Amino acid sequence: MMLTELTIAAAQAGLKRRDFSAVELVGAHVAAIERLNGRLNAFITVTADEAMDAARRADAVLAKGEAAPLTGIPLGIKDLFCTDGVRTTAASRMLEDFVPPYESTVTANLLRDGAVFAGKTNLDEFAMGSANINSAFGAVENPWKRDGDADTVLVPGGSSGGSAAAVAASLVMGATGTDTGGSIRQPASYCGIAGIKPTYGRCSRWGTIAFASSLDQAGPMARTVEDCAILLQSMAGFDPRDSTSVDCPVPDYRAACGRDLKGMKVGIPAEYRVAGMPADIEATWDKGIAWLRDAGCEIVEVSLPYTKYGLATYYIVAPAECSSNLARYDGVRFGRRVPAPSLDEQYEATRRAGFGAEVRRRILMGTYVLSAGYYDAYYLRAQKVRNLIRRDFERAFQQVDVLLTPTAPSPAFAQGEKMDDPVQMYLNDVFTVPASMAGVPAMSVPAGLSANGLPLGLQIIGRSFDEESVLAAASAIERAASFTHRPAIRAEVV
Amino acid sequence: MSYVIEGRTGPWELVVGLEVHAQVISQSKLFSGASASYGGEPNTHVSLVDAGFPGMLPVINRECVAQAIRTGLGLEARINLESRFDRKNYFYADLPTGYQISQFTHPIVGEGAVEIELADGSIRTIGITRLHLEQDAGKSMHDQDPTRSFIDLNRAGVALMEIVSEPDIRTPEEAGAYLRKLRMILRYLGTCDGNMEEGSMRADVNVSVRKAGEPFRTRCEIKNVNSIRYVMQAIEIEAARQVEIWESGGSVDQETRLFDPARGETRSLRSKEDAHDYRYFPDPDLLPLVVEEAWVESLASFLPELPDAKRQRFQTEYGIPRYDAGVLVAEQATADFYETVARGRDPRLAANWVIGDFFAALNRTGRTIQDSPITADGLGGMLDLITDGTINGKIAKEVFEDMLETGESAAAVVERRGLRQVTDTGAIDAAVQSVLAANQDKLAEYRAGKDKLFGFFVGQVMKAMAGKGNPALVNEALKKVL
Repeated sequence: MMLTELTIAAAQAGLKRRDFSAVELVGAHVAAIERLNGRLNAFITVTADEAMDAARRADAVLAKGEAAPLTGIPLGIKDLFCTDGVRTTAASRMLEDFVPPYESTVTANLLRDGAVFAGKTNLDEFAMGSANINSAFGAVENPWKRDGDADTVLVPGGSSGGSAAAVAASLVMGATGTDTGGSIRQPASYCGIAGIKPTYGRCSRWGTIAFASSLDQAGPMARTVEDCAILLQSMAGFDPRDSTSVDCPVPDYRAACGRDLKGMKVGIPAEYRVAGMPADIEATWDKGIAWLRDAGCEIVEVSLPYTKYGLATYYIVAPAECSSNLARYDGVRFGRRVPAPSLDEQYEATRRAGFGAEVRRRILMGTYVLSAGYYDAYYLRAQKVRNLIRRDFERAFQQVDVLLTPTAPSPAFAQGEKMDDPVQMYLNDVFTVPASMAGVPAMSVPAGLSANGLPLGLQIIGRSFDEESVLAAASAIERAASFTHRPAIRAEVV
Repeated sequence: MSYVIEGRTGPWELVVGLEVHAQVISQSKLFSGASASYGGEPNTHVSLVDAGFPGMLPVINRECVAQAIRTGLGLEARINLESRFDRKNYFYADLPTGYQISQFTHPIVGEGAVEIELADGSIRTIGITRLHLEQDAGKSMHDQDPTRSFIDLNRAGVALMEIVSEPDIRTPEEAGAYLRKLRMILRYLGTCDGNMEEGSMRADVNVSVRKAGEPFRTRCEIKNVNSIRYVMQAIEIEAARQVEIWESGGSVDQETRLFDPARGETRSLRSKEDAHDYRYFPDPDLLPLVVEEAWVESLASFLPELPDAKRQRFQTEYGIPRYDAGVLVAEQATADFYETVARGRDPRLAANWVIGDFFAALNRTGRTIQDSPITADGLGGMLDLITDGTINGKIAKEVFEDMLETGESAAAVVERRGLRQVTDTGAIDAAVQSVLAANQDKLAEYRAGKDKLFGFFVGQVMKAMAGKGNPALVNEALKKVL
């Protein structure tokens, strides 16, 4: 077996046994990046030399028998996490040359636990998008191909498309993502990997470039549920520098993966059976229900009546916050500046040159919904509906322990599709947005293939701070699905 | 007390409300650990949070919250146990994040009241609408370079309290009295230094005029007035402008104006077309600010005695007149000085000396209580010498001047200059005899019934004794002989 095929769990054990060195493990991945990133464009910045240095240090630590949980494990870091001394762009022209003098809490936690960063992964600009086509550094290619169609370039989903593609193609063993309305789960589904958005407040937002502060949440992406659990263990935890971070003990996530599901109640929300859902997705969902029933779960029909307003509400709340969060990119203190004779003209020129079309669109929408005369009709009403959505989930979780739904309404689509109409694009998030609005943890796990051979994910949604049940149910699906399909483009295929 | 603007169409009444921005005294800024101290080289007190770097998040400074609560308690106001921070969005070069974190809909402090005293002795209560916490912006400097502007972010993020009054103020004098009183309370509490010249206290003045009995008419807001005198002038000038507009058939536009003291006018700061839409919304980076009742109670229990209570106590405890008590409590340091002097002594004598000679000396020498060469204990020591008869009141003034100059104690001055009062009746009698002997003519006149000459003899005896004679004993000795 090639080193790039290993899971994090297996690599940890292999490193400890000195079956192979961290230099070998990281080197195999760096080589894969060098070979494939030109095509996939999964990384904006590759830090190969730094990664190899870190690998050598990891070997020294391993030799002393002092390995930390992630010592020597090569990871990709979504280029939304500020990394000390390493360019952090948010995939925007605005931050093209921005090198932060600080390390985000999440990445600092990973470094503390020995992780090796292979580079900064591509994303939709400022995490706004569902196909990773909105990057100033070019689109990311999904390593999967439709059956019998090696030419069509598929999107990896977004916004954490670079992370998803890199993990799927085995360029790294795992990656960080951020999820505001589905940006971890939807690309995980499109690329046939696992990804969890933990409870809002579980991972610190400090040092992560903000899109929509009340929704943004970091999480891991990896090829197995257990690997996600291992990464989340390091990423999560209270941070006094983030006022919305929650001081709540982080349980043993890896142990939760093996938990017995007997007696667990799984809710199937009626409202997610949307009209026109592709048959293969419906069938995968039904399989997931059956697997969980076989694992000893009790299946319960539940109702989340406000789900249908989720997407509309999201596209008011998130742009509103983004319009304010992105005001700091004004060309005055850091980032791109386009000089002009007056301050107002400098703002206009800088922001016109620095922001892409989708970012500008969301800033405009957000500014509009917060404006005098529209605030009550849009922003305030959206906040009220958001509370109702939250209550939907609270009510459902009085009856059940987790919810099971499809992750996305389609498999990966081709670059160029769904691009004319932004609303069509927004519909990709219809199943993922409600959990974001409620702040509850949710995970996508690969469950099967579509009719044309593309991965499909199922989503497990849990109670606030009960990532353990989510991981347990996802593991059960993973075991039952025994999803061993691999993408056409990957490290092992030369 | 009534203030009337006589227009062509009759009298107009003035309506004023004040929004005071008071910089909170704290070690660090409202949402970052950077130093909040005044001065410093430009951009040396700036954290990544203050500069709005990507991914930086605000964390509330508990001490600033405590200061706001103390101030609220000092204004006898309601403390809101749950309040919230909102973002006020606008673009400016000295506003790094593009929004100011403020409290728009849910301030930390609700309704309160401030009692003011006017020159004629009348007392009025001015209502407080609210007090909220917010961040200050940085400073734009447009005069450093012909083509460029510079930004200093030292002030960016420093905590401000915005204290909003009800439109209860009816005269410029009341506005002045309100600001002085507010500043006094803030200084007593130690929550704001109240220095308007340094900008740590600034006022936005809302002015309108109306005919008696009318509802409010449109107001104008005069921004950022930085002295009490200017506030009073600006109100007068703005009210006159508005009366002129109404009387010539026009109507006042609600707008923001600037006061130009050099030209003695207010002028429009921005037109309606440029009016900001601040797009306030709750800051999603911050949770609602929840304070515990017990904490508020503990802050209340450590609150210093405030000016009104202190003045009341001075009147009853020391038996000094209301006016004197008012003068003594105007500043905490003065009140403390007085209390040190008065402790265990005649409080009225103490008040007379502090308000009289001591204040006059400070004024004359341009010194403050803090750097006065005469300390409270020093002045007290001098009063002790008066009370125990070592010196008389006249010599005391001489001793005081000497102390002021040399910084020595009263006892040392008296010793060095031999100013001890003479109570030796033998010496007094001798002086009396020699004065009478030298003034036989006056003695004859006195004996012939010219009683008024008694004072002349007292003066001559004191003079002969270089002022050191005990006045009572001198009187007594003279009476006996005459």
